[in-house]
Amino acid sequence: MLKDITLGQYFPGKTVVHRMDPRTKLLLLIVYLVTVFLASTYASAALVIIFLVTVTWLARIPFKSMVKGLKPMLIFILFTAVLNLFYTKGGTLLLDWWIFHIYTEGIKTAFFMVLRIMLLVCGTFLLTYTTSPIALTDALERLLSPLKKIHVPVHELAMMMSIALRFIPTLIEETDKIISAQKARGADFETGSLIRRAKALIPILVPLFVSAFRRADELATAMECRCYHGGEGRTRMKVLRFTRLDLFAFFAGGLLLAAVIVLRHFGL
Amino acid sequence: MTPIIQTENLSFTYPASGERLALPVFENLDIEIAEGSFTAIIGPNGCGKSTLAKHFNAILLPSGGKVWVTGLDTSDEEKLLEIHRQIGMVFQNPDNQIVANVVEEDVAFAPENLGVPSAEIRRRVDDALRTVGMYEYREHAPHLLSGGQKQRVAIAGVLAMEPACIVLDEPTAMLDPRGREEVVSTVSRLNRERGITVVLITHHMNEAAEADRVIVMHEGGILADGCPREVFSQVELLRSAGLDVPQTTDLLYRLRQSGWDVPLDALTPEECAEAIANALNADG
Repeated sequence: MLKDITLGQYFPGKTVVHRMDPRTKLLLLIVYLVTVFLASTYASAALVIIFLVTVTWLARIPFKSMVKGLKPMLIFILFTAVLNLFYTKGGTLLLDWWIFHIYTEGIKTAFFMVLRIMLLVCGTFLLTYTTSPIALTDALERLLSPLKKIHVPVHELAMMMSIALRFIPTLIEETDKIISAQKARGADFETGSLIRRAKALIPILVPLFVSAFRRADELATAMECRCYHGGEGRTRMKVLRFTRLDLFAFFAGGLLLAAVIVLRHFGL
Repeated sequence: MTPIIQTENLSFTYPASGERLALPVFENLDIEIAEGSFTAIIGPNGCGKSTLAKHFNAILLPSGGKVWVTGLDTSDEEKLLEIHRQIGMVFQNPDNQIVANVVEEDVAFAPENLGVPSAEIRRRVDDALRTVGMYEYREHAPHLLSGGQKQRVAIAGVLAMEPACIVLDEPTAMLDPRGREEVVSTVSRLNRERGITVVLITHHMNEAAEADRVIVMHEGGILADGCPREVFSQVELLRSAGLDVPQTTDLLYRLRQSGWDVPLDALTPEECAEAIANALNADG
């Protein structure tokens, strides 16, 4: 049952979006996020939507999985919508009943906030859908590598991230086994009060932690045996290279940002 | 010719901690592992065979005596990286020695650490994966592989360092019979075809029979040392140490006890069958 959980879902593929350098995608995401916040007019919002839809189509990501990704955000989106709807003043008063006042400006703000959140979430999903976790950590390590000069342990952090990603499925499998073992001995995880159920988790967490520490210890020895001695003097098998494709992507991203700024300037 | 691994008066004691007393594991061990050999180390649980393996790679340092690896002293901290590179280690639990979440990235881990140029890493990774027969799985996630396959990936990961010797510490203990067969045949092929020195620590007698030298450890000492035929024909000695003998030897031993004139040094089922057929013919 726990096996169904996927973190940072990745759809393997060979499309132009998949083939882009992960560093490009990461930087483009930042540009995109800025653009989304700048897009406060209908025309510019439409432009951003067109951009997102085009990239999704280029990456051959089914729109269904985008919608599915939005589902867990539903409560948050609704909450934002309601808050903006009732607390923004300005424009004409449309509804005035008891403590509720809705202005035209409120509807507009709520609409844009909801749209922005959805665009943000979808854009981020697009990155994780088309980039493998290992490529992402790699990109992060390289983008942040100038920070090594001020003694930020960039390599160590990236290594920790990739090892964590590597062990998620292993530990999930182990949790499943422990749950089955405890159930076989009559443990009950489904009934009782919240506190009771939380207490029932202790016999799962204790063995899980013990085994995680044992694994960590063995992994450290195995890494040492394979000559791991930190990031110094380390080379990589797959070298990231910017290609013409990345140049084009940067151009497209820059164009989007410029267009939105221009539209914003003219208040369209 | 200098041996790949040589121990000289090797002693090791686990230091006392808290209420636990200091625990001597072995004393005055002299072992030489010749280049290109395939040595199996067997022994009952707690006889110190895993502790010994950890000395071959400077993971543990001797409390007394010396260990030399390709002529390098393991207690010399500056030579540590070179020792790790020369002696590849494969451990029992395949899950806890795979670092990356793509097979080929994992195999590339050691050469990356050694600062090998990218094109050369690619060549070594492809070569190592082909050698262990896992090339088709190079883009797979390791957690989706079977135990035997994971262990072969671990062997490939060590091979990519181009070591002189591979030490395997009970690599088959967590595998099913098929996985065991995969691992042992891969290892013995590496020894035969590539001339890589292999030290296999195991408690499966059939696996030890594949080697060309068997060292039997018992209570921190060496009980027997020789080619598998010599060692396994000493059935009483092995039984007294709480060890089993291969099924073929067991069968011949029992036949002998009930009065048949059969040799004890037939290891493969074919040899065993032949020995029995010969005895039957002689009996008329």
